[in-house]
Order: sequence, then structure tokens, then C-alpha cells
Amino acid sequence: MALSAVLRPGHVGLRVLDLDAALKHYRDSLGLIETARDAQGRIYLKGWDELDWFSVVLREADAPGMDYMAFKVLNATHLARYEAALKAFGCKVECIPAGELAHCGERVRFDSPTGHVFELYCEKEVYGNGMGRQNPNPWVEGLKGMQAQRFDHCLIYGDDLDGTVKLFREVLEFDLTERVMEGDLMVGAFLCCSNKAHDLALIRHPEKAKLHHVSFLLGSWEEVLRAADLISMHDISLDIGPTRHGITRGRTIYFFDPSGNRNEVFSGDYTWYPDHEPITWTTDQLGRAIFFHDRQLNEKFLSVVT
Amino acid sequence: MSAPRHQIVIADTAETYLCGEDETLLKAMERLNRKGIPVGCRGGGCGICKVQITAGDCLRRRMSRAHVSVEDEARGIGLACCLLPQSDVTLQVLGQLRAPVLAAQSRWKT
Ligand code: FES
Ligand SMILES: [Fe+2]
Repeated sequence: MALSAVLRPGHVGLRVLDLDAALKHYRDSLGLIETARDAQGRIYLKGWDELDWFSVVLREADAPGMDYMAFKVLNATHLARYEAALKAFGCKVECIPAGELAHCGERVRFDSPTGHVFELYCEKEVYGNGMGRQNPNPWVEGLKGMQAQRFDHCLIYGDDLDGTVKLFREVLEFDLTERVMEGDLMVGAFLCCSNKAHDLALIRHPEKAKLHHVSFLLGSWEEVLRAADLISMHDISLDIGPTRHGITRGRTIYFFDPSGNRNEVFSGDYTWYPDHEPITWTTDQLGRAIFFHDRQLNEKFLSVVT
Repeated sequence: MSAPRHQIVIADTAETYLCGEDETLLKAMERLNRKGIPVGCRGGGCGICKVQITAGDCLRRRMSRAHVSVEDEARGIGLACCLLPQSDVTLQVLGQLRAPVLAAQSRWKT
């Protein structure tokens, strides 16, 4: 349930080196549903239980990574209010006309102190989850692969973490749910516009505009283990897991798409309310904060980004 | 029929292993549990497995331009997860995993 006028992560634009290989990965292994293609050759996909037309847009490029991450806003009044507030904050704001992404209304695009590009929008056509809104079944048949339910969050790396955290808390009314502290310095921030442990996470890192992972929700720990089987069955590049995070409590597995963008599928966190005190992790306990079972820092997990 | 295999030499450590023409330098190294080239995404995206081919020929799969420029390419530089040997190959390791950013205090002072 959204607790602010920013409802949820709505879509992510990803660059891939080979569109066909990426489509096979996101459609056949993650189990997303292909819902559109456009004149530029971009491919649109969504998780089976998402109602809006798409949540992932793939674009072929010569370097992988994240083009933009977008959040859906409740209505046009709030969208206009956020647009003004973003300008007042000093963001470079650009309006992208309706239809530039197929089936999507106008998008308000803005930059951030960590160099990442974000968007807000309030209209996207409904594709549906295949069950209708009247007397529906609980799930649909014939899904592929890991059967990811929805695009859930991104973890991004950048230099001016404080600046981007300030932007999301003060302008977009996100809550800080968890943070990682090195003394007085915030080195990790978990932000939420809803009732989840995170909708966006940030880690401090010397380079701007890096993507650590794009995450998709599964229904249970059993489904995370089944995803692990599929990672070997489909010869997908495994990063780490299945395991448990201390931070956010997620049960998780990490792997890479064929262009090296990291994906996560996970299940379960907790219910956040804005009256809760944020959880603080200290870097002297960072091993168990990140991987609660291993309790060891993993160099590859921490430093490999696109 | 399996594809012809070639001898790979990691000059830094004198590690040697066999790699098929149809698999990447990184994949064969990992499969044989050899060490020397750092392993990241295995998809040509992160740049961690960067090497310079000093002898021999490789087929090149598409890899991130953010990590290998056109000039790099001309000098035999590439990402080991995107290089398939077509002859015996000698290489030097250029990439490295950076120290865990979250663990190294100085890393945060950006
Ligand atoms: S391991 Fe990431 S580019 Fe080769
Ligand atoms: Fe995550």
C-alpha cells in the first residue's frame, strides 16, 4: 500500500549488448511477459501480476547499465506538485511527451546528485494480469521460468549519496527504512515510498550513475530455491545465493543477465510504517548485515556494477 | 565432436589451461578451477576480467564500450568473458576487483 503520492517503482530502462539474448533471459528465465515492441526496437516486459503495461524496457546499446528508473505517481495534481518541487531543489527537469514510451503517459524526467536519471509519471495503460478484476483466480497458468511477480526495486551506486537521499526524502517524500553507517558517514541508504523495506537502495561509491541490481519479487523461499535450480539449468551467470540478507531481511539470489547487468529475485521483507524508527547497521557488523548466513564480505558482490 | 582446444597462458602467474574454441577464456578457467583472471558478471558488462592478448588470436563477442575502447581493441585488450581462443593464447591480466568499497573506510571519502 502506498503511503505517499509516489506509489511504487513503475519501470526501469536497461541497456543490453544483445537484444535477443536479453529477451530470452528476461522472458524465458525470469518469466516476464513481453507486452510490446516499438519503432526504435525497444522491448517492453512486465511481471505476471503487474497490471500496468510494462515495467522493464530493454534497449540495445554498446554498454550495459541503467538508462532510467521511473516511479508511478497517484495523479496529475501530485505529478505537477513534484515537478515544481524538483525544479526548486535544483534538478534538471525534462518533460517527455506521452507515447514516447509505448502505452505510457507524459514522464517527468530528472537527474540526481549521484548522476542517476529518474522519472515520474501518473498514467500508463492497463494490460492486466490475466485474471480480470471480477471474481478472479489467484494465479495464472502457463508462466515461464522463475515466474517473477513484479519489478520491485533497484540498488544503485553513486558518489553523492547524501544528495540523492535528501532528494528522495525531502522532495519525493520517501522514508528512510534502513541505513549503513561508517561512523557519521552514511554509506548505504534504503528508501521507501510504500510499506516495503525498500523501493530504492543506494550505496556510496566513487563513480556516478552505476547500477548494482534490478530486483524482482517471488512468492516464497521455495520459489527462490527453484530460481536457483533454473540458474543452473539455463547456465545463467550466478553471483551469490540463495541466502538471507540482514538488511531488509530478504531471502534472495543474485545473478547476471547476458550483458552483465545484475538481477535479484527475492521473497519477503517486512511491513514498514512511517512511524517506525529506521534500522541502523554499522560497518563493523557489515558481513552479517549483507549476507546473514556467510557473515563475510563478498568482494565481487560489493564491487561488480554496470 | 568437441571443438579444438588451445593452450592458454596467464603470463602474470604462469598458470596454463586448455580452452575450447567455443568457450570463453574466463569460462574455461573457472570450469577447470584455475585462478588468475578476476571473475565478475561473465557477460562483458563489468570490465573486471579485462586482459591483454600478447600472443594468439581470439574471436570477440560484443563487450561493453565503457570498458574497452576501439583503441584498446586494436592493442589486443578485451574482456576474458567475451574472448574465444582460435589459437594458443598468452595473456596479461589488466582488470582487478577493487577492495570492497563497504569495508575500506577511505573509499567513502569521495
Ligand atoms: S566478468 Fe564482467 S566483463 Fe567479464
Ligand atoms: Fe535488492
